[in-house]
Amino acid sequence: MGRITLRNVSKRFGDVTVIPPINLEIEDGEFVVFVGPSGCGKSTLLRLIAGLEDVSGGVIEIDGVNATELPPARRGLAMVFQSYALYPHMSVRRNIAFPLKMAGMDPAEIARKVEAAAAVLNLTGYLDRRPGQLSGGQRQRVAIGRAIVREPKAFLFDEPLSNLDAALRVNMRLEISELHQTLKTTMIYVTHDQVEAMTMADKIVVVNQGRIEQVGSPLDLYRAPANLFVAGFIGSPKMNLIGGPEAARHGAVTMGLRPEHIDLSTSDGTWRGTVGISEHLGSDTFLRVQVEGLGMITVRTGGDSGLRHGDAVFLTPQPGRMHRFDADGKAMA
Amino acid sequence: MPDMARKTTSARKATVTALAWTVGFLIFFPVLWTFLTSFKTEGEAIAAPPSFLFFDWTVENYLTVNERSDYPRHFWNSVVISVGSTLLGVLIAIPAAWSLAFVPGRRTRDVLMWMLSTKMMPAVGVLVPMYLIFRDTGLLDTKSGLVGVLTLVNLPIIVWMLYTYFKEIPAEILEAARMDGASLRSEIIYVLAPMAVPGIASTILLNIILAWNEAFWTLNLAAAKAAPLTAFIASYSSPEGLFYAKLSAASTMAIAPILILGWFSQKQLVRGLTFGAVK
Repeated sequence: MGRITLRNVSKRFGDVTVIPPINLEIEDGEFVVFVGPSGCGKSTLLRLIAGLEDVSGGVIEIDGVNATELPPARRGLAMVFQSYALYPHMSVRRNIAFPLKMAGMDPAEIARKVEAAAAVLNLTGYLDRRPGQLSGGQRQRVAIGRAIVREPKAFLFDEPLSNLDAALRVNMRLEISELHQTLKTTMIYVTHDQVEAMTMADKIVVVNQGRIEQVGSPLDLYRAPANLFVAGFIGSPKMNLIGGPEAARHGAVTMGLRPEHIDLSTSDGTWRGTVGISEHLGSDTFLRVQVEGLGMITVRTGGDSGLRHGDAVFLTPQPGRMHRFDADGKAMA
Repeated sequence: MPDMARKTTSARKATVTALAWTVGFLIFFPVLWTFLTSFKTEGEAIAAPPSFLFFDWTVENYLTVNERSDYPRHFWNSVVISVGSTLLGVLIAIPAAWSLAFVPGRRTRDVLMWMLSTKMMPAVGVLVPMYLIFRDTGLLDTKSGLVGVLTLVNLPIIVWMLYTYFKEIPAEILEAARMDGASLRSEIIYVLAPMAVPGIASTILLNIILAWNEAFWTLNLAAAKAAPLTAFIASYSSPEGLFYAKLSAASTMAIAPILILGWFSQKQLVRGLTFGAVK
């Protein structure tokens, strides 16, 4: 079991409120991603759940038990840190065994569990090495190994992939998702990368300045962002946000249109513009189009659009794909 | 032009080497001179111009010094006082440095500065009250009294050194230990201490040396029974006039043990003193 409930949880450092009171429900077995820009408080939120920071107010429940005052060791959670935080003076074997040793488990049982975890994570050949002799990806696996041997109620990941290079990051992302499929244990994963959030999460929690902006499945957030912040944060490239008279024509203060929801034509359309920079990804091309009266609009088109800098184009928003926001930046029905 | 700066010609290298040797020799010279003088007769010791190597070498001073004073007792007192005050200091400083490094508060920097500021005051400023306290509590001329006062004198340095070492240990590793179920005790024993061993070792070494050489308090608060080697040297400098050769012999005997300790642990000491300066 691993059901975590936050009730009016808040955090202040001195006079600075980092997290105003928030409520959140994390179901057993869910893969929840906290996503938001750097310094938004998502890591602090994770550390509050872990018990590494004391809450300033509110209640944290784990499996229905009040864990607010419990020390980290007694919450039954395991954490994987951004820096891996392996014990540099211990071998991989002793690193993975450490939580079991702290739990006072029988040495034979420990050895069996460590071997099993190492086999799952392809670390069998490295058990007698020190962390300093491993690559970044291997260290990350050791950190995960140390977490899984405890069979925790939930795993907490604090930006675990940000120290890895791009190719490795994609691999580890898949490995962690597979691990979740196998173990079916609750996972809370903190990242600033919305691609990680979209690809891995069952449920995304978008955090901004300590506040929860929106909670929902990746596609919910993509299809119906609750406000301008979520609209701009989820989706890549960013949603085009258009203000002024054009938005007013649609009864909104700001209107949002994703690059993939605009049709492109060289003959006719709603808006007329000039192609600026184009980014070729092979499968797709993202064109930056300067539209009179609207400003710069990003449009997605096929890999072989053939359009060049300075070409005149026409843009037409796809029907029913437009997002409208009011003066407070809230989505309008 | 960055290229020029990196070109090290052999002439330049030779100049720098010569300069380094000169500075090294200048620093070492007083010790060497003391050593040489200890093998001269009293007459040769004050001869002008002094002879450098070509004099009648004699061990007579050492024999006289050994006859007139009790070297083993002073030596033993020095060992007890320097090792005792260092170990006591480290025992107090480890938890202090732990909390300063890993549970910093708003006033942590102030506390550190305040501790260091006690080292900026001349010791003689508190000599009279300290003397009176020692007299009234019967600590005058006792080893435990000197251990106590040297612990206090060097404690700021010990805390500072350990704090610097602990600071180098990423807090996330200790947090990982906490998540892994370690109690504060296990965290310190299994994770912090093994990672800080080099730092703790060099702190201990440096402070033994500092305490061994400490002369102000040891001379003023101990005269006979508890007097360490500093008093042993000092006894050849005053009442009956100056005896340079015997003073030199006593000094050589007093600094020899710590010099040998320093020689064998120099790697550890250099690493300790430059810790954190270069990664």
